Amino acid sequence: MKQRKTEVLIVGAGPAGLAAALELKRLGLTDLLVLERDPVAGGMPRFCHHTGFGILDRHRLMTGPGYAAAWVADAKRQQVELLTQTTVIDWTGPLTCLATGPEGLQEIEARAVLLATGCRERPRAARLVAGSRSQGIFTTGSLQDFVHHLNCRVGKRAVIVGAEKVSLSALMTLAKARCRAVAMVTSFPRHQFYGIYRPAKIALADLLHRAPVKVNSAVHQILGHERVEAVEIKNLLTGDCTSTPCDTVVFTGDWIPDYELARSGGVPMDAGTLGPAVDRRLRTRKAGVFAAGNLLRGAETADVAAKEGILVARSIQTFLNHHDADFPCVPIVPDAAVRWVSPNLASPEDALMPCGKVRFSVKDFYRPARVRIEQADQVLFEQRLRACVPNTSYAISDHWMTKVNFAAGPVRFSVVQ
Amino acid sequence: MTNLKPPMKPFDVAIIGAGVVGCAIARQLSRYTLQCVLIDSEPDLGMGTSKASTAIWHTGFDAKPGTLEARLLTRSYHLLEDYVPQAGIAYERSGAVLVAWNEDQFNALPGLLAKAHENGVRDVHLLSVDQVYELEPRLNAGALGGLMVPGESIICTYGLPLAMATEAAANGVALQFGFPVKSVASGEGAVQLLSGPAGSLACRYVINAAGLYSDEIDRLYGYTRFTVTPRRGELIVFDKFARPLVNHVLLPIPTGKTKGVLVSPTVYGNVMLGPTAEDLKDKTQKGTSNEGLDFLWKKGEAILSPLMKEEVTATYAGLRAATEHSDYQIFPSAEQRYICVGGIRSTGISASLGIAEYVQGLLEEMGVALQPKAEYQSVRLPPLGEAQTRPYRSESAIAADPDFGRIVCHCERVTAGEIKNALNSAIPATTLDGLRRRTRCMQGRCQGFHCHADVSKMLADHLGVKPASLIGYKE
Ligand SMILES: Cc1cc2nc3c(=O)[nH]c(=O)nc-3n(C[C@H](O)[C@H](O)[C@H](O)COP(=O)(O)OP(=O)(O)OC[C@H]3O[C@@H](n4cnc5c(N)ncnc54)[C@H](O)[C@@H]3O)c2cc1C
Ligand SMILES: Cc1cc2nc3c(=O)[nH]c(=O)nc-3n(C[C@H](O)[C@H](O)[C@H](O)COP(=O)(O)OP(=O)(O)OC[C@H]3O[C@@H](n4cnc5c(N)ncnc54)[C@H](O)[C@@H]3O)c2cc1C
Repeated sequence: MKQRKTEVLIVGAGPAGLAAALELKRLGLTDLLVLERDPVAGGMPRFCHHTGFGILDRHRLMTGPGYAAAWVADAKRQQVELLTQTTVIDWTGPLTCLATGPEGLQEIEARAVLLATGCRERPRAARLVAGSRSQGIFTTGSLQDFVHHLNCRVGKRAVIVGAEKVSLSALMTLAKARCRAVAMVTSFPRHQFYGIYRPAKIALADLLHRAPVKVNSAVHQILGHERVEAVEIKNLLTGDCTSTPCDTVVFTGDWIPDYELARSGGVPMDAGTLGPAVDRRLRTRKAGVFAAGNLLRGAETADVAAKEGILVARSIQTFLNHHDADFPCVPIVPDAAVRWVSPNLASPEDALMPCGKVRFSVKDFYRPARVRIEQADQVLFEQRLRACVPNTSYAISDHWMTKVNFAAGPVRFSVVQ
Repeated sequence: MTNLKPPMKPFDVAIIGAGVVGCAIARQLSRYTLQCVLIDSEPDLGMGTSKASTAIWHTGFDAKPGTLEARLLTRSYHLLEDYVPQAGIAYERSGAVLVAWNEDQFNALPGLLAKAHENGVRDVHLLSVDQVYELEPRLNAGALGGLMVPGESIICTYGLPLAMATEAAANGVALQFGFPVKSVASGEGAVQLLSGPAGSLACRYVINAAGLYSDEIDRLYGYTRFTVTPRRGELIVFDKFARPLVNHVLLPIPTGKTKGVLVSPTVYGNVMLGPTAEDLKDKTQKGTSNEGLDFLWKKGEAILSPLMKEEVTATYAGLRAATEHSDYQIFPSAEQRYICVGGIRSTGISASLGIAEYVQGLLEEMGVALQPKAEYQSVRLPPLGEAQTRPYRSESAIAADPDFGRIVCHCERVTAGEIKNALNSAIPATTLDGLRRRTRCMQGRCQGFHCHADVSKMLADHLGVKPASLIGYKE
């Protein structure tokens, strides 16, 4: 088996991994290696053929594939060593990874490992939706693949499960494949499309008009034999079920971090995000292991992931210079209303680091919303937001972390009306 | 798939049904100089009950002593001990623990022990509460005691029929898939004609291994001795991260009052919870139900609550061929040159080799002369189990063909090389489902989020069709 050493090993060449690699190069680090399991680097945006990428980081509106290609081109230009079709499958030491690919197995020993493995949508089975196992059931991810990469017709009438931002990607992809979306189903009392930029909203108006959002509802059962024939939609308030004929069902959103490598390496996880627990500098609780991008908490926009890549690169550099792996920290614990908080470990202010953000997501609608961060009896932070919508994340400043008492136990993060 | 070569001489033996039972019989008879054909209505083997079992390789310890089922299970267990490792079928000798959660169950343990001994399964023994928790530390609190069955094992439920059918084909058995048998007629001499929409097929002897439809084939011969009621069993498969939660198969204790469910590791490294047991009317109703999944969820909470915190990878349902009788329905009819092998209830995976050997005996009793072939070819399946070395992890496999280092399905780590093999094997995959069962692609935690389209493209290119046709899209 081949063996090699590198200063920094980056797992995953999506926006987060590539942004981190480029920033590390910029900071003067030469010895780093990026491994990507797909044949082409660029990550999830490669599959998202609509626009809506690059607004915060490249300051222009790009399509997903264009955005992915821009990162890959930058990485090439800066001579980032990037191996595709190479999957990290396991750990063989605290900071040693085992990878496989057409060239065989190799063991890579690093001084720091960055996990940027992204996330996926929960498929039908994981949502325990009963009924037949017919053909015609997709996630947005697999749907995009069929439509954009295989140029394939997928069906004629679709029901979309979910009414959040990514559901709109499914809606557009179905339109491209000339498959009519007849309904979007959400268990919430309203859709969760807030915060998408105006031109997209206008472009989508017609599609949305034809695919009414069924609120307070859930797909109760999928009916069919070879192919889907209908779904039974249950009204969660009345319990009534109605059957909607369709040949296609797309399960959207309900993200889950691709945490397999993190967990199998014994990286402690956060119960809210389901990703690795990290502090503001994206250090995990395993010394020398860092995490960034959608692995942290499911999908955010790609520019958010890329910015985390830049942040984590700086943090890795500090670690390589100062070995600050064993940092004091307290967990940030979300209350019942909050789905997750990221980062979810509070560690002492570090003068070298610029101020970052703390993101959170809620389980229900709050309008207005009051965010409160407390430790013991002390309120560290309080802010009013106009609204908080589920399946959407909100960023607040993290300057309150300077007030955390590292001997006083967990920090509580709550959202109330 | 069909490898029939016209003009067609009558076959010596036609086996209706390429489930685990039919495949085992085909393999058994392929040792002899007979011309056999294995027929199935589906486009692939094992698409009936055999694909959806809980995949336990039972010892037969709790079978009703004296029944044919008990006898064949015990015999089959030993035959499988030789065959399964030799054929490269994924298995693990995990052992099973029966856990008593209440007085009734606890009181049933000595009876079960005696029954096991009566069935010749001698290594079964009682466990104290402490021993139970030593073996299974993650179990919920409240267990009263248990029973250990060291021989109970787990197996790849699709690998077994696939290996047997492949071996049968390698030794000259013809395969006729996509051929639903609808009627039987007697032809010239001792020849019977099996007919369906796909044509007719001539043979001298017929073996009915049609699973859920074995009663309907039996009726074609004029019998009404049993009726198959499809008994649905629903299952939930949990993520591989749940695997460390259990060390053995956790079997329920049957007390007559309540039906229990089992928690079992799978050979692919997942954990399975189920099955339910519910009699249905419709033999095509293979979906899951909300009631069934709810029921399993509650059971899982009660047995091994940490399991329910892991992600669910898959849910599915299978239909057992239950009958009004509590034993297999195996009947020879010498005059009609027909053997019925029906009602193989809930133990067919385990009993398959025993059943096949028994059926061979019945054929001989009917006067079929069996001449062993001079040469016999055995077949080995590619490794699919966690206990084996999969290609992605094998330096030598990748060196021989770099496609074994190209992972296509990331969750199950299925490589392009394995997919290529499954498309070009002796009984190749011709559907997405067939490919899924042979390689495990799309069976993992993302259920195709990443690879559904890639895999469809590989199959479509191989077959020379459009990917849309593989997902059932019709213009
Ligand atoms: C349907 C959809 C629509 C979207 N629309 C938009 C939008 O309009 N605008 C926007 O800004 N964002 C959008 N996004 C979100 C955007 O795609 C993500 O935020 C971004 O891709 C996250 O980057 P990442 O690097 O964290 O993860 P990813 O892009 O997912 O990259 C992770 C990479 O890691 C690789 N990997 C994983 N495990 C391993 C391993 N073990 N070994 C080697 N490699 C591994 C993966 O193959 C992948 O390439 C959308 C996402 C989806 C799914
Ligand atoms: C939920 C569940 C869990 C189980 N767990 C276990 C277990 O742990 N261990 C165990 O040993 N057993 C288990 N079983 C039982 C086992 O799966 C069955 O006993 C076994 O699969 C039966 O095999 P078979 O070949 O008789 O039937 P099948 O697999 O159903 O095969 C019959 C075949 O006949 C074909 N056919 C039917 N009619 C016609 C026709 N007219 N013409 C042509 N072809 C036809 C069908 O297409 C089918 O392929 C379980 C079953 C279920 C449902």
